[in-house]
Amino acid sequence: MKDKNLVSITDFNKEQYLEILEIAADFEKNPNQKLLNDHVVASLFFEPSTRTRLSFETAANRLGARVIGFSDSGSTSVKKGESLKDTIIMVSGYADIIVMRHPREGAARWASEVSSVPVINAGDGANQHPTQCLLDMYSIMQTQGSLENLNIAFIGDLKYGRTVHSLVQAMCNFNATFHLVSPEELKLPSASKMHIKNSNLIYHQYTELSDVIPIADIIYMTRIQKERFSDPLDYEKVKNSYVLDRAMLHNCKPNMKILHPLPRVNEISEDVDETPQAFYFKQAENGVYVRQALLAAIAGVK
Amino acid sequence: MLNKDNNDKKMNKEQRHLNVTAIENGTVIDHIPANNVFKVLHILNLENNKNQVLFGDNLDSQKYGKKGIVKVSNTFFEGNEINKIALVAPTATFIEIKNFEVVTKKQVEVPDQIKSIVKCFNPNCITNVENVPSRFTVVDKENMKLLCHYCEKITAKNNIVFA
Repeated sequence: MKDKNLVSITDFNKEQYLEILEIAADFEKNPNQKLLNDHVVASLFFEPSTRTRLSFETAANRLGARVIGFSDSGSTSVKKGESLKDTIIMVSGYADIIVMRHPREGAARWASEVSSVPVINAGDGANQHPTQCLLDMYSIMQTQGSLENLNIAFIGDLKYGRTVHSLVQAMCNFNATFHLVSPEELKLPSASKMHIKNSNLIYHQYTELSDVIPIADIIYMTRIQKERFSDPLDYEKVKNSYVLDRAMLHNCKPNMKILHPLPRVNEISEDVDETPQAFYFKQAENGVYVRQALLAAIAGVK
Repeated sequence: MLNKDNNDKKMNKEQRHLNVTAIENGTVIDHIPANNVFKVLHILNLENNKNQVLFGDNLDSQKYGKKGIVKVSNTFFEGNEINKIALVAPTATFIEIKNFEVVTKKQVEVPDQIKSIVKCFNPNCITNVENVPSRFTVVDKENMKLLCHYCEKITAKNNIVFA
């Protein structure tokens, strides 16, 4: 996997996913391995992020790499009108690996084409967020013992949620059955549904969250954002229909776990946090191990 | 005298007609859907061609009712170039003429990849923000669905805008 870019989750195949997850498990057992002492990792956040940036920078630090970069393009020459191409060519002369988040869709793919060093996409607009996808897969593997033959329920904003699109694509490699719960306005886009069909897999669509609780192995919650609705009344109608609380979990499967890419607002009530089903904070922690695995694999030291 | 005059007029008429219809060497692009002639000229960069370029639009067609046609002297097109116009003229035929004779006829085929000629419909796509040439994979040739190589969104037939 040395020198490979990770822009879209489909850039890796099933074997490569499993390889990264295996390396991540090793880092979870032993997080401080100074394998990248002589490496510089550029962390270019053209738009702000909390979890992704901190977990990438933690991963790089735990590997002993130096981190350069910025957390907001406001303080860079992008403000002076520098093109993305020029910024990336310049940084690829300084660093060994580029990690980047950008508000425009396709920015990471373009960067990977002009960069002389590998590029890891840490989110490009509403398009892809492949490292989130890998950490979701790691969390599924960790809680279910395998990625194969699972019933996965996606709840909430399935239209704009980029983590949902990537995870659907990735789990098509593992014979998953998809249960899609969303308001009419926020259904999974046709491109993702086409991906499921082309993999000869099945999806079911629902509007009621309670319908999927007894059948799901994984419940993947997402936040419904008010600004996604053209009519604010439509938002008011659905805003409380996709909220998970403790009482709703009485008939769930014993192995069921709840994931959420975070930040959470009110879609999982806090009384769920103490239940054995809650896994979202551990999921966020897993992000560090998975990103360590990726950095190490792309640097060619694992 | 009167007769000769009439004959001359007739000849001139025929000659004028001949000038517009036939080319000695070059390519005739026939069966272009009516009103898409200008797009074809643009995509094939015939706006900058230094040879004689003739075109007509809304001509009667037995097959399609109305059609457009383009004739370019001393210019021949390769497969890749021919397929570029599949988006606007999937029914078109490229007829190669040498010495006033038809040499070959080539049908347009929808290509697997489309570069530079179409704009991605997603306003937040990097190709619409920075100076990045667009690139698509044709994922559905029948309904003309183009998957953007960058933002991974699908530009459908009714959203296609030429760059």
